[in-house]
Amino acid sequence: MKNALMAVMLLLATLVVPVRAADEVVNIYSYRQPFLIEPILDAFTKQTGIKTKVVFAKKGLLERLKREGKFSPADIVLTSNFSLLLQLSDEGLTQSLQSEVVAQNVPEAFRDPSQQWIALTKRVRNIYTSKARMGDLSEIRYEDLADEKYRGKICTRSGKHPYNLALVASMIAHHGEAETRQWLKGVKANLARKPQGNDRAQVKAIKEGLCDVSLGNSYYYGKMLEDEKQRTWAQAVNINFPNQKDRGAHINVSGVVLAKHAPHKADAVKLIEYLTSAQAQQLYASVNMEYPVKQGVKLSSLVASWGHFKEDGLAIAELAKWRQKALALLDETRFDLN
Amino acid sequence: MSRLWSSLAWAFALACVLPLMALVSESAQPGSGVFSQLLESVLWDYIANSIQLVFWVALLSVVFGLPSAWLMAMCQFPGRRIFQWALMLPLAMPAYLIAYVYTDLLDYAGPVQKTLRHWFDWQSPNDYAFFEVRSLGGAAVMLALVLFPYLYLIVRTALKEQSYGLINASRLMGCSPWRSFFRVSLPMLRSAIMLAIALIAMETLADFATVHYFAVNTLTTAVYDTWLGYNSLTAAAKISVVMLLLVFGFIGLEKYSRRRQKLYERNAHQHGTLYHLSGAKALVATLWCSMLLFFAFILPMLVLLSYAIEHFDTAWNEAFFGYATTSLLVASVVAAICVVVSLVILGHQRYHQLFQAKWWHRTPSAMASTGYALPGTVLAIGVLIPLGQLDFALNEITSRWFEWQPGLIFSGTVVAIVFAYVVRFNAVALGSIESSYAKISPSTDMASKTMGLGMVAMMRKVHLPLLRKGCFSAALLVFIESMKELPAALLLRPFDFETLATYVYQYVSDEQLENASIAALTIVLVGLLPLIFINRLAAKA
Repeated sequence: MKNALMAVMLLLATLVVPVRAADEVVNIYSYRQPFLIEPILDAFTKQTGIKTKVVFAKKGLLERLKREGKFSPADIVLTSNFSLLLQLSDEGLTQSLQSEVVAQNVPEAFRDPSQQWIALTKRVRNIYTSKARMGDLSEIRYEDLADEKYRGKICTRSGKHPYNLALVASMIAHHGEAETRQWLKGVKANLARKPQGNDRAQVKAIKEGLCDVSLGNSYYYGKMLEDEKQRTWAQAVNINFPNQKDRGAHINVSGVVLAKHAPHKADAVKLIEYLTSAQAQQLYASVNMEYPVKQGVKLSSLVASWGHFKEDGLAIAELAKWRQKALALLDETRFDLN
Repeated sequence: MSRLWSSLAWAFALACVLPLMALVSESAQPGSGVFSQLLESVLWDYIANSIQLVFWVALLSVVFGLPSAWLMAMCQFPGRRIFQWALMLPLAMPAYLIAYVYTDLLDYAGPVQKTLRHWFDWQSPNDYAFFEVRSLGGAAVMLALVLFPYLYLIVRTALKEQSYGLINASRLMGCSPWRSFFRVSLPMLRSAIMLAIALIAMETLADFATVHYFAVNTLTTAVYDTWLGYNSLTAAAKISVVMLLLVFGFIGLEKYSRRRQKLYERNAHQHGTLYHLSGAKALVATLWCSMLLFFAFILPMLVLLSYAIEHFDTAWNEAFFGYATTSLLVASVVAAICVVVSLVILGHQRYHQLFQAKWWHRTPSAMASTGYALPGTVLAIGVLIPLGQLDFALNEITSRWFEWQPGLIFSGTVVAIVFAYVVRFNAVALGSIESSYAKISPSTDMASKTMGLGMVAMMRKVHLPLLRKGCFSAALLVFIESMKELPAALLLRPFDFETLATYVYQYVSDEQLENASIAALTIVLVGLLPLIFINRLAAKA
């Protein structure tokens, strides 16, 4: 018994020893699932010999970073949407990244003016429609989703998910609060079921015949085609780029910040530079089916097959401004409730 | 010595309440009007949903757990020996797993509805009505299926510790078994049932994963919305505090209602059962238990197993052994700490209440139960605040004296996770040891006091042996809860720290449980180890 106790104590002791500033490592707080970024991080380690360590959580990493202050082990934070990028820099948890390489790789529109954050990939908020039941809807607009002809035909995930929240914020930016409220009421009236599941689950619902129209990010289409079980879901839908005749499709970004107290700053900068490099951007495109921010990087052949499309040029800061209002409208219209 | 003991009890209690205090002090800061804005729009719906959910989960848990506990303690029927421990198995099943599995089975695209459509030639969802899994009712059933073993375990223990004397007397006086149950057993079980319901209610209130997956908006949703969406930890803390007050109000009311009721059993250790069931009655008993076991445990396990076989290539990962060891280690340490902390606190309470019961003697145990109703991520923030401050103070001192900074040795290591778990699950340990304590008559204490035993000696020589069963089940419950716990570990973990639950989560969060099915099975299987171990110990004792 005593021996067992000793063994437990020793094992625990190894766990308790805090992460010390070991050389040649970059510590990452990630809001994105590790399996999405692993291939890219592995390639980085292979090329530079610098190891990476990841803590993944969908909630609260910002709060943790704040509380850890100057002792934080985190070097960089990876996020899956723009609002977290802005929150991190607004809270003073980031530092300016001075890098010629990054400045060359990433167009200005996708960097903070003072280099507090850098976008890495773009993703479009698409409208998926049933191939069998809806015909050609390539000219559809987000505004149309409130149209009565879609009564009982729309599926979506929670309105409060960051991806939908950003879309609603963009609607407020373009049409104002009152019109967006009406739009949300219209979309809600058209829902086939209470908002639930993730973006893929909506495509599955279209395939099963529960609804005909759904909102979803572009890369899910590619991801579903790769998955044996989900392939038939994707094959049942068309992927449409909304608002091509006017302002263009709403886009969101994933990105990265350099933590204010990064203990391995030099290596962290190397990693961020790598993430914006042609090689990593190529991996983002081919493995995750996202749109690279770096100009001239080849899209995955599937993504390229969707053709060119027009992007909504709304500034990211403008989206951020309307985020809380968007949330308030969603609560007010009881979008997620029965 | 007894003074040291008491100080220790208060120190433990204080440590447990620290995270909540940190959150309350956050919530005392001026808010941004988010709270009132929510109040005007959706908050009442969330409150109504939370209350309904707690009500249904509690009711279903009683429906599932009470008859089973009574059958197990009182009756002899085929399969009883197996069901006795097997009905605890669902405890090892995280609620989010069972929710995922049942959604897969029962939603529109699932095999059940597909088969029905095929049989009856229905074409679209408009042709027929089917139970909507992703609903409040669905969430209540899922939560009740994995939480009813609490009630089962606590009530069964209470029944076993009841003497049959009163029941036999009531039977001699002409009560039927049913009447004797309602007139004698049930009133005596009231405190055990209420205790179990309180635990289940808190667990339900703190759940986020299941309700989120089922798209049911509860107060926990409000906590996350306000914190992450409206960016106001202050308003989030306020809602958490309201939730906690609700639970305490509920527990207080129950305690108040039976303030005059005192039950002590002396000749509690009788063996054997009261009724021997045969024929149709035995069949019903066996069927009832088998069905519970099937739906709460066997079926979900089979589905997970089928995922695991189908997706073996993507789901197999040699790193599991490491994750499993980490999970096991952390859970065992937390279980041990919780039992010790509870014994110290309850021992203190018992000793001081013996001669002069004052409300403040109960305060430490109330303080040490506060963490249970806090949603995991919120609790994690509550843990980060004081531990972070401690780290900063420590670094300040060491850098001044030794010009050396150790970094975040509390908030940045596994210490934070262990601390968070102890704060969260202490209520479980306290509850189960306290209900054992309640069975020891004060005259025992008085006798030992007369013989000159002090507080410590009384604990060691008299109480501990009598509390053994309570301690076992406390350790078991805390262990299993810690194995399953997710949100706090996710947020507090240091680099290179992965438990089975955090590993599974990265896939579940993308609705791809199939790819982590083997790890998910491992969570359940590792959770079973202590069940078997404790069961053996209990059998020996």
